[in-house]
Amino acid sequence: MSHLMEIRDLKITFGGLDALSGLNFHVDEGEIVSVIGPNGAGKTTFFNAITGLVDPTEGDIIFEDESILGLDPHQVTGLGIARTFQNVRLFPNMTVLENIMVAQHCRTSQLILGALLQTSAFKKEEKEIEERAKEVLAFFGSRLVGYRYDQPAFVLSYANRRRLEIARAMATQPRLMLLDEPVAGMNPMETAELTALIGRLRSEWGFTIVMIEHDMRVVRDVSDRVVVLDHGVPIAQGSYDEVSTNPDVIEAYLGRPAEGQG
Amino acid sequence: MSTTMTSSGSSAAGGFRAPVTDQEWSKIGKWGGLCVLALVLVSLIGMPVGLDRRILIHPVLSLGYLSLLWIPLVMGSVVSRHIELEGVESPEPGGRELLAGALTGLIGGAGMAVFILALDNFNLRDPLVNWSPQLLELLTYGRGIGFGALAWILACVLLGLVGSAIHVVPAGLRRVVSHSFFGLLTFAVLEGAISDLSEGFGLEFLTDSIYAKRGGLTVVWSIVLAVLIGGVSMLTKGRLKAAKADYGALQGPERKRASRILFVSVALMTIILPLFLGTIMNELLANVGLFLLLALGLNIVVGLAGILDLGYVAFFAVGGYTTAVLTSPDSPFFAPELHFAVTLVIVVVFAGIVGLVIGAPVIRMRGDYLAIVTLGFGEIIRLLFMSDWLKPYFGGAQGITNVPGVDLGFVVIKGTDPRSVFYLVLVFCALAIYISWRLQASRLGRAWMAIREDEKVAEAMGINTVNAKLLAFVVGAVLASFSGAVMVAKVGSVFPNSFMILVSIIILVVVIVGGMGNIAGVLVGSFVLIGILGGPRQPGLLHEFQSFKLLIYGALLVYMMLQRPEGLVPSARRSQELHQEEFLQDVWLKGEEHEQEEHEAELHAAEAGGSEPDEGSGS
Repeated sequence: MSHLMEIRDLKITFGGLDALSGLNFHVDEGEIVSVIGPNGAGKTTFFNAITGLVDPTEGDIIFEDESILGLDPHQVTGLGIARTFQNVRLFPNMTVLENIMVAQHCRTSQLILGALLQTSAFKKEEKEIEERAKEVLAFFGSRLVGYRYDQPAFVLSYANRRRLEIARAMATQPRLMLLDEPVAGMNPMETAELTALIGRLRSEWGFTIVMIEHDMRVVRDVSDRVVVLDHGVPIAQGSYDEVSTNPDVIEAYLGRPAEGQG
Repeated sequence: MSTTMTSSGSSAAGGFRAPVTDQEWSKIGKWGGLCVLALVLVSLIGMPVGLDRRILIHPVLSLGYLSLLWIPLVMGSVVSRHIELEGVESPEPGGRELLAGALTGLIGGAGMAVFILALDNFNLRDPLVNWSPQLLELLTYGRGIGFGALAWILACVLLGLVGSAIHVVPAGLRRVVSHSFFGLLTFAVLEGAISDLSEGFGLEFLTDSIYAKRGGLTVVWSIVLAVLIGGVSMLTKGRLKAAKADYGALQGPERKRASRILFVSVALMTIILPLFLGTIMNELLANVGLFLLLALGLNIVVGLAGILDLGYVAFFAVGGYTTAVLTSPDSPFFAPELHFAVTLVIVVVFAGIVGLVIGAPVIRMRGDYLAIVTLGFGEIIRLLFMSDWLKPYFGGAQGITNVPGVDLGFVVIKGTDPRSVFYLVLVFCALAIYISWRLQASRLGRAWMAIREDEKVAEAMGINTVNAKLLAFVVGAVLASFSGAVMVAKVGSVFPNSFMILVSIIILVVVIVGGMGNIAGVLVGSFVLIGILGGPRQPGLLHEFQSFKLLIYGALLVYMMLQRPEGLVPSARRSQELHQEEFLQDVWLKGEEHEQEEHEAELHAAEAGGSEPDEGSGS
């Protein structure tokens, strides 16, 4: 069976610095894969490359048997890859509901005339967009529903902003979801709740998930597979237990035992 | 740190507290100095003399004097204002604030006295054109230097006191007084509109008694009006807020019905009122409408999609020239003399194409770069129409004249009949408002907002940002071209110099001052700025301001950006956000300060070798 997404020999160079090199990676339908590594290892660059925000220097990215190299970010989203951002990036002046509605842009089609003439097709589509948005928000229980619909996103608490960002990614109706540090900055309770939600994203919504995460408990609890990056190079791959005992990984995180200055 | 703590501790006991800290003295010095600077500057740019002919209250107050007198008032108010910080107890305002206001006024007045002496004794007319005997005459009320100097000191102290008293008197009184004051000012400023309207209704006898023959309210009537407005303000206290809350609480169909009634009554008023207005007022309204149309278009581009277009006048020009070429028999190269309605279709198509052509290269840029490039395109379009190269087609600097009005069969809409022009403009404005309103709540409108908020994320969320931004450009271009078409039909001619860069800037100021991204804001902005101050060439109600218009536009823009970035009528959300940010910043700053103190305390403790570990923990 072919992979949902496959990355071959990916190399990204920023003016002489190899942010990523020799990265081979694949994710299968229904998997949850974590990408870990110390700061500056190239994890977010990896996401940026997949979503078209950065052009790879070498290599190929294949999604559903087609290369997505060179596509614009919105085209990548249209094919079914959605992402969240490490430093939550919502549309702060738009309401909670609007944030989710706007994410369905690539799944809808009405333009100026429909809106001006209020055609039945336009009204139908607007209604569907709104219903789908509410359905997505209902996934987070009572946190983002009711009076929250019309609140601007900037009034939300930090944890709710993170949730809303995941909801926005869900609303693009993706097959593959890229979560960039979904629990960063959350307290242990919120982290536990979100860990469970990530599991449900797969079981209930059928998303395949690739996740960057620093919280090792979350990584242990949800991932089928873990990939470790260091200085843009993959240094280990496997189950959580395999990776967490790998000496290369421990060295990357904690450094080499001191053997004199070099 | 410790000095402020002790001072606030000791001064909290007494009611009257003199300015004690150096900080407060320097604040008074700073605002007093600013007061002097502003007074002298305003005098020397010729405002008092230039505006003296416009009388607000006959024979006491002219616009010229007002242009000076507001300065000590505002400075006195600013100097005694406390910035409220969460968690910091601000002392009850009282004698100290009054004293600060009076002292600020005193500095201002003393500065003015020195200025008057200088005016009398030196002649600096060579570099400073307004260093004139007229100015001296005006400043001394024609009663000699000594009287003038003393009067200014007294007046400034008094005004400084009044300004600071705003913060001291109870809120109810403050409200009534400020309502009377601004109500009176409105009556005085809107004199032209009000007497015109009352003439239309056959109520001249009323305005004839309210306003003096040479203009301005009479003293008796200004007192009567002030009392009346104050009374109304007292009676309606809280009513307006309650009505607003009631309206906000309405749900579903009731809400719909209420807003429909509101809408219909406003629409009826705009349709009926011009029938009772004279030529000048209708002309003014038509101008406001033309600029409103432009501002609504720019609001889509800047306010919704966040594209800072400084060359918006280009589309205004394209609409104007297309109409002129297609309708005027004097068009030099190609003169099909089409009807306005047919022209309009072509104008829309043409403006759309020009929008695409200019937009395509520009739209990929961001922020500052985009603003600069659009600025260039705006000028290029004007220079093209002006050029010798295109003179055979567009008439160069002489432009195209003899553009016919809009022939509707039963009436010809022409500039000589401003009322009909107003109705034509009204139709287009209604259309533009409808377009803005519907698009705002559509898939495309949401995409525009997302792009404004964060373009990169919008793209990552599946929005084709290039296409969406191009569409915003095109819609804006079409609305501007409507305005151009109507303007040309109204004026009957078109010249390249009607499309100076200034037009773009003024429309942008209208949008910003009114409230970006908000239809109501743009409406208010056009009425206040274009209606009262006037457009680039069109006089407003205060046509005396003509030569100071740009200065006031600039000052207003700076003030709004600093104090009220959300505009006069903010969209509810935006204002929340901007002030939220301020609040958060305060919290953050306080946190920072706190951390620093802790850090210092730690250092201190470490230096002391840990012998006094508890020192400084009280901070």
